[in-house]
Formats: sequence, C-alpha cells, structure tokens
Amino acid sequence: MADKLFLEIVTPYRLVLSEEVDEVVAPGLEGEFGVLPNHTPFLTILKLGEMSYRIGNERWFLVLNRGYAEVGPEKVIILAEGCERAEEIDIERALAAKKRAEERIAIVERKAEEIDIERARASLIRALLRIEVANKKRPT
Amino acid sequence: MPTLRDIKRRITSVKSTQQITKAMKMVAASKLRRAQDRIFEARPYANKMFSVLSSLAMRTGREEHSLLAKRSSSKIEILVITTDRGLCGALNSNILKKAYDFNRQKKKDDYETSISTIGRKGRDFFRKRNIPMRKTWVGLSGKITYSNAQEIARDIVKNYTEELFDEVCLVYNEFKSAMHQRVIIEKLLPIEPQKVEKEEVIHYGEFIYEPSASEVLDTLLPKHIEVQIFRALLESEASEQGARMTAMDNATRNAKELIEKLTLQFNKARQAAITKELMEVVGGAEALK
Repeated sequence: MADKLFLEIVTPYRLVLSEEVDEVVAPGLEGEFGVLPNHTPFLTILKLGEMSYRIGNERWFLVLNRGYAEVGPEKVIILAEGCERAEEIDIERALAAKKRAEERIAIVERKAEEIDIERARASLIRALLRIEVANKKRPT
Repeated sequence: MPTLRDIKRRITSVKSTQQITKAMKMVAASKLRRAQDRIFEARPYANKMFSVLSSLAMRTGREEHSLLAKRSSSKIEILVITTDRGLCGALNSNILKKAYDFNRQKKKDDYETSISTIGRKGRDFFRKRNIPMRKTWVGLSGKITYSNAQEIARDIVKNYTEELFDEVCLVYNEFKSAMHQRVIIEKLLPIEPQKVEKEEVIHYGEFIYEPSASEVLDTLLPKHIEVQIFRALLESEASEQGARMTAMDNATRNAKELIEKLTLQFNKARQAAITKELMEVVGGAEALK
C-alpha cells in the first residue's frame, strides 16, 4: 500500500512538476476532485481552474488550463495545455490582461465593434483566476 | 599564372566569407541550445500523452473511434516537414529524397498519394518537379508555437475524418545531436496504440471515466495528433539549427584551409617577383661593366 502519491504535471512546453505528494486537488470537467493515495484508477478531462497539492502540511497552488488527469493508486499524471505555479504568476501581466479583456467586453456591449466576445470572456476568466491563485501564494 | 593582386583579392574575399560563416555558426549554436531545450521539455508531454492514450485505447478497443480504426487504406497523405531557409547542409535534400522515394514507392504499390509540406524548401522542391501539393505551410521555423501545430492538426484530422485520405504519414528529421539527424517516416493516422503490458491493464482493473470513456477518447485523440505534430516541428527545428551549425563549422574550416593555401601561393609568387627583380638588377649591373 502506498502512502504517498507521485504527482507529475507536464505541458507541451515543459515538465512543470514531478514530486511525491500527499494529496492532489484538481478541477475535473464534472467538478473539483481530491485524490489521496490508493485512489481508484480513473481518467478525467480537466477544465480551466485552480489546482493544488499538499506535502505534509504545506499546500501549493497552481493554475491549470485544460487537460487530462490519469489517476492510479500511486500516481497522478496531469497533462495540461498550460500550467503555472502560483509563485510564477506575473501579477502585472494578469492585471493588464484583465483590463484588456474588460475593455473588449465593454466595447462589445456598446455594440461598437464586432469582436469575438467568447475569446474576451475566456481571457478575462483566465486573468481573474491567475490573480486569485497568485494571491494564495503563501502556503497555508 | 594569377598575379599577386589577384591572389590578394581572393584572400580578402575568402576571409569575408569566413567571417559570415563563423557568425552564422555562432547564431545557429545559440538557437540550437534554445531549440534543444524546447524539444527536451516537450518530449515528456508527448510520451506521457501517448502512454495515457495507449492504455485507454487498450481498454476500450480499437474500433471505438474513427481516428483509431483501421481503414482499408488506398489513399495516403504524406506530410513533409522541411526548413524555410537553406545553408544547413544536406538536411533538406536528405528528407526530400526520402519523401520523394516514399511517394514513388507507394504509387507503385497502387496507392493514391497526396503531399502536404511544411517549410519553404519542401514547397519549392515539389513545385519544381510539378508534383501537386494538397496544402503548404511556410514561415513557421524559428517561432513555432503550439497553435501552429493545432492549426495543422485540425486540417489533417478534418480531412481524415472526411475520408479525403485513409492514412497519414509524417516525414521529419529527428534530432539526435548537433551532428546527427535522422529522417523518420512515421504513421500519424490511424493512431497505432503502443502495446501496453497486459499485467498493467489487469492491475488497474476497473477504470472510472469522467465524463465517459468515449468522450475522453474524443478529445484525447485529436489532441494527440496536435502534440505529435508539435513535437515533430520542434524536432525539425532543432535538427535545422544543429545541421546549420555543423555545416557552417565545416565551411569556416574549409575557408581557413583555403586561406592558408592561398597565402602560401601568394608568398611564393611574391618571392618569385623579388628574385626576378634581383636578377634584373644584377643583370643590369653586369651589363654595365
């Protein structure tokens, strides 16, 4: 019986994390889920959201942009399109992105221009999420 | 017999060429390092994705999904990845020769083929030989992003599901090291899942899928194609820089040799001129006696 989970997070651009952890929480397509060692094997699609893992009493946060998670009794493999650790997030950039997205949405609402509102909304959500996660930087 | 001035002019010209090749070598070396880092970072993702996919395919059966199911193939799409720029040794000619032969061979075996190219060199090659191309993408090298791969993958998958072709082969240079690149012909579609150890499958037993196995497959398979194309693009980018670095290193070395030879020739010619002048002076003095 394993008492630790081996967590691996990979994106097309790099290997984000490869570590032994005690608990993983990730945003599944049908809701957030938590994984402890000896979990039933399962495979799920992940959506954009916040994920975290715990080593001992320390919890670390990351932003996850869509992907897949394969969970086994002793390991969790996360394949994500993008993933950033909270401490890596550039708040300035996230704030700028938020402002830009809000402006775009305002333009569409005034019906001044035809812009892809879905894209603007998505980037607003991403920016908000980044800001939120970055503020959790301190492990709790 | 070239005159002194001719030799001197040649030396200067070879020297300036050498400077250019040297600079190109340095640029390629630094680009190579970056490209190499990227491919090493991207490989784990591609491999992990493939193993997740393989074990999933193993459990659900092959015929579940159109991208997995084998069709009796009669039409083959060949996707060739070349570079945009030259001066990288035999990299492009190797790959194009392989692709050309592969195309001919398949035609001989009664397959219909279509060719798509990525990179300017590949496009020019087939255009010159009047071989029609289904689609071309140029101007990618140097700034490959995941969305480039996405765009290409979308086109390929769309046409595959519309049965414009029944098989897709990817031809690209695999990056081994700066000195070594290998031409790879790889079957992209239908996806051939890796053989997974039977034991592992049993060991995992019942799998839970969210939302469901087929939905996961539906999104995972096209994604896999994107990732494979992305990886191939990065491989060929790193190969390009590696090959260019080696080619430019050789060119610089050749230039050095050439300069040495020319300098020797120049000195010889200069010495001959001096000797000749001396003889004339001595001859003149002798005549005055």
